[in-house]
Amino acid sequence: MSFEQLLALVLDPDLLDRYGPRFLDGLLVTAKLVAISFSLGAVLGLLLALARMSRSLLLQRMAAGYVYFFRGSPLLAQLFLLYYGLGSLKGFWQDVGLWWFFREAWFCTLLAFTLNTAAYQAEIFRGSLMAVAPGQHEAARALNLKRSTTFFKVILPQSLLVAIGPLGNELILMIKASAIASLVTIYDLMGVTKLAFSRSFDFQIYLWAAVLYLLIVELVRRLLKHLEARLGRHLN
Amino acid sequence: MDRTYPPKGFVMLDQLSLLSFASGGWGQALLAGALVTVSLALACLPIGLPLGLVVALAARSRKRLPRAWATTFSTVFRGLPELLTLLIIYYGCQIAAQKILAAMGYQGEFLINTFLAAMIAFSLVFAAFSSEIWLAAFKTLPKGQLEACSALGLSKRTGFFKVLLPQLTRIALPGLSNNWLSLLKDTSLVSTISLVDLMRQTNLAVSVTKEPMFFYGVACLGYLLFAAVSGRVFAFIERRSNRHLQGARA
Repeated sequence: MSFEQLLALVLDPDLLDRYGPRFLDGLLVTAKLVAISFSLGAVLGLLLALARMSRSLLLQRMAAGYVYFFRGSPLLAQLFLLYYGLGSLKGFWQDVGLWWFFREAWFCTLLAFTLNTAAYQAEIFRGSLMAVAPGQHEAARALNLKRSTTFFKVILPQSLLVAIGPLGNELILMIKASAIASLVTIYDLMGVTKLAFSRSFDFQIYLWAAVLYLLIVELVRRLLKHLEARLGRHLN
Repeated sequence: MDRTYPPKGFVMLDQLSLLSFASGGWGQALLAGALVTVSLALACLPIGLPLGLVVALAARSRKRLPRAWATTFSTVFRGLPELLTLLIIYYGCQIAAQKILAAMGYQGEFLINTFLAAMIAFSLVFAAFSSEIWLAAFKTLPKGQLEACSALGLSKRTGFFKVLLPQLTRIALPGLSNNWLSLLKDTSLVSTISLVDLMRQTNLAVSVTKEPMFFYGVACLGYLLFAAVSGRVFAFIERRSNRHLQGARA
């Protein structure tokens, strides 16, 4: 078997020509999906973490229930619950004027991913906020700093340093989980792969997708390691 | 599956009767699906757990080849989306089996068992994730344990199975319980290769009854119930494996 024949088995030029650009589009959709839902989830997750640590019992319970639900059930079931479930209440959403949102698979997916990752990130933020030494709170009070100043200038920066490792793991898990979006007609990397496979029945398409996902995950992992080392440079 | 329009009746009791075990109710179907989900997750343990341990041992080996093999294995199966792993194993096995059969002269359609494909895929993923847990557990084990084994003249085998492994298991339990929970949730993906698990049954129920909100809610609660029960079981096992420490603390 010549080299060209071997190459055609894993990287057929015809196939690459036909589906290569689509793969790039899919990659972009995956990146957008993960970036938007992860950052929105971070905001929501931080609020949830604060709610879980608040003095109000009601807030605590509600946040705990939220986290329990979204961490305990599969993302796939949550996505279907939002997309098919909430999407079935067409009349209601039209009355409220939100039908444009729940009509689109894209928005439903974004919402499901955001809500899901927020629950995981809430636990990360809670753990990292509790990891800040109590003396820091006391020192801030002794210096008569405002509560907001204490939180944003003293507590949050220190806790983020602890949180960045687990947050990175969560980001990688999100990248992997985003493949589920392909099940509700989103053409992300996985969606494009399935489409290309269903047309060509060439198994190498799946291998391309595997290599691409591995590359993304490895790249993100390296970047995060670098970032973590840089943020913690005063510690070494 | 098409998206459905607003359900006509919104009475809760009406919906609850959909879960009945009598004819017209989906109780039995959902329960059967739940059973498939649980048995699939359980079926991954006998392969996944030992394989994970083997990968961890290979990663700690002094030889370069096993180390490279272990790193590749855990990078690949931890880095790939579970859905992609599942599809690659499913279609890959199918195509491979078909090629082999064709070479042997058998012409015709060959369909691989979806349960088997799912079991292999999730076992590999579980092994990759648990190998990291085992590795971390190895690091907490004092070196003296190994030295004591050789000082007592225990064979390598006995030393590993009777001295190291019981301690490793105790340390690895919390991590393994996390892996188990994500395995349980990942099994919902098999509904995409039409294995009739809890998620697939729910999809079927929704397509017939047009009550997506209710049935997907029930499915979520079903998975939550599994998670809660596993949490209890793991708490029990952890308490039991740490029972020699409780006396010392008291």
